Amino acid sequence: MIRKPLRIFRSDALYAEPAFVKPMNNKRSLFQTFVTPFGDIPASAAMIAGAILWIAVLGAWAVATYGGYVRDMFLPVPDAVVRRAITLAADGSLFVHMWSSIKVVLLGFLVSAAISVPLGLYMGTYRIVQAALEPMVNFIRYLPVTSLVPLFILWIGIGIEQRITVIFFGTFFSQLVMIADEARAVSRDLVNASYTLGTKRSEAVWHVIFPAALPGIINTLRVTMGWAWTYLVVAELVAANSGLGFISLKAMRGFQVDTIFLAIVLIGLLGLISDLFFRYLRRRLAPWAV
Amino acid sequence: MSKAKGSLSVNGVSLVYSAGEKSVLALDGISFEVRPNEFTVIVGPSGCGKSSLLYIAAGLTDATSGHIHTGGQMVTGPGADRGMVFQAYTLFPWLTVRNNVGYGLKRKGIAAAERQKVVDYYLGEVGLAAFADHYPKQLSGGMMQRVAIARALANDPDILLMDEPFGALDSQTRHTMQRLLLRVWEHAQKTVAFVTHDIDEAILLGDRVIVMTARPGKVKADIRIDIPRPRDPEIVLEPEFIAIKRRIINELRDEIDETH
Repeated sequence: MIRKPLRIFRSDALYAEPAFVKPMNNKRSLFQTFVTPFGDIPASAAMIAGAILWIAVLGAWAVATYGGYVRDMFLPVPDAVVRRAITLAADGSLFVHMWSSIKVVLLGFLVSAAISVPLGLYMGTYRIVQAALEPMVNFIRYLPVTSLVPLFILWIGIGIEQRITVIFFGTFFSQLVMIADEARAVSRDLVNASYTLGTKRSEAVWHVIFPAALPGIINTLRVTMGWAWTYLVVAELVAANSGLGFISLKAMRGFQVDTIFLAIVLIGLLGLISDLFFRYLRRRLAPWAV
Repeated sequence: MSKAKGSLSVNGVSLVYSAGEKSVLALDGISFEVRPNEFTVIVGPSGCGKSSLLYIAAGLTDATSGHIHTGGQMVTGPGADRGMVFQAYTLFPWLTVRNNVGYGLKRKGIAAAERQKVVDYYLGEVGLAAFADHYPKQLSGGMMQRVAIARALANDPDILLMDEPFGALDSQTRHTMQRLLLRVWEHAQKTVAFVTHDIDEAILLGDRVIVMTARPGKVKADIRIDIPRPRDPEIVLEPEFIAIKRRIINELRDEIDETH
């Protein structure tokens, strides 16, 4: 009945083209690729497109100020901001204030993340933890943090602890809910597969759900880091004696609009750096998901 | 009931699940015995509960009544003694191919050097040694299922449960995978319970084909496939093969008519 021996399996025959390979496509014009949904564009085009808006905004600023259309009491000339940066850097106060702000943001954010990552994982994994936490967390999540600031000042004072508390309250509860969502979205099939390979129920949360959710967790941290910078200014405007928000408020009283601009630019830059850091972290810790 | 390692006995397994207000009887008193190293294929119309039966054997779903024993031990939950290959792609995306295959061994606390040997052997068996350091997303669907088979076998389970593992693959790849599975199984000598709706696949692979009825799933026929091994895929053209196929189609016809 069966005569032929089994043929030797040629694995090469199966080497399909992996899904991530993109075809070279020179047939479309550059404009066509711009108007194609999800179409890829050359790196140079991406850089130029991004630069145009910057040049437009900076150009409008230069025209409005150098052209004398706006009084420099309200809008400083660009070089005044640069000169202010040099003056403050020369006497070292710029770095004192920057470091003061960075310290507050980092401490508030790290304390928040240190709790929200493990707790969020448990909340997303175990229904009972979710059921216990969610009603309260969702209530606090929608409280404006600013409304709590007077309370914090009353309880904690106006030291660094107060500012850290503001950052913590501004980020923690949303962070927790978002990380729980990431954990909950992990495929049940992955967890089932891990069971059939000998993973215990108690191990699944750290051996399967955590690594599977890690790219999403890093993304959540990246997004909430932006919120931490937002709440920094809230905290420093109300009660502080150093920091970028503090010098900004002080500058307002002295009509030093160039200092206000400098503070805004620096907070923007620091936010951008933290964003780049989290992108780097994602590439390093989750190379499989990039 | 057999107590031999690798034996599988299913005794009166029923499964009821609730769908909204009403409850649905999915499996109705399934019983059969699988001998060690036997390749048993379960076919049936879609929705007959054949996958659920496999999940119950794996310990991932609890039966409403009845029991499954493997090697004389009652199944009370999942365990490494029952490996499983799923229809969905279940490779761990954060691990390389090598670490996916070595995952179960690592959980068991096998030393790295020993693990490496086993992993290399099974990657060779499925023809993916060159892809050891790739991540799953860099592989095609067929390659991912080959890794999944290697991962299940590397863990040295007593029983291998396979839930339509080639269901998501195109027919060319599926044929290649069937040949690969036959070859790997002949080397590994494992008890296999394999669920499919593809009758050709069932006859080509199985020592025996269990045909299930439409929901509620019951055992309708239990057909021994005496085609000698090793089997060449071209046997699908032989009269003996076609005779078995006709019989299974006849068994299934009534069931499919009832559900459509």
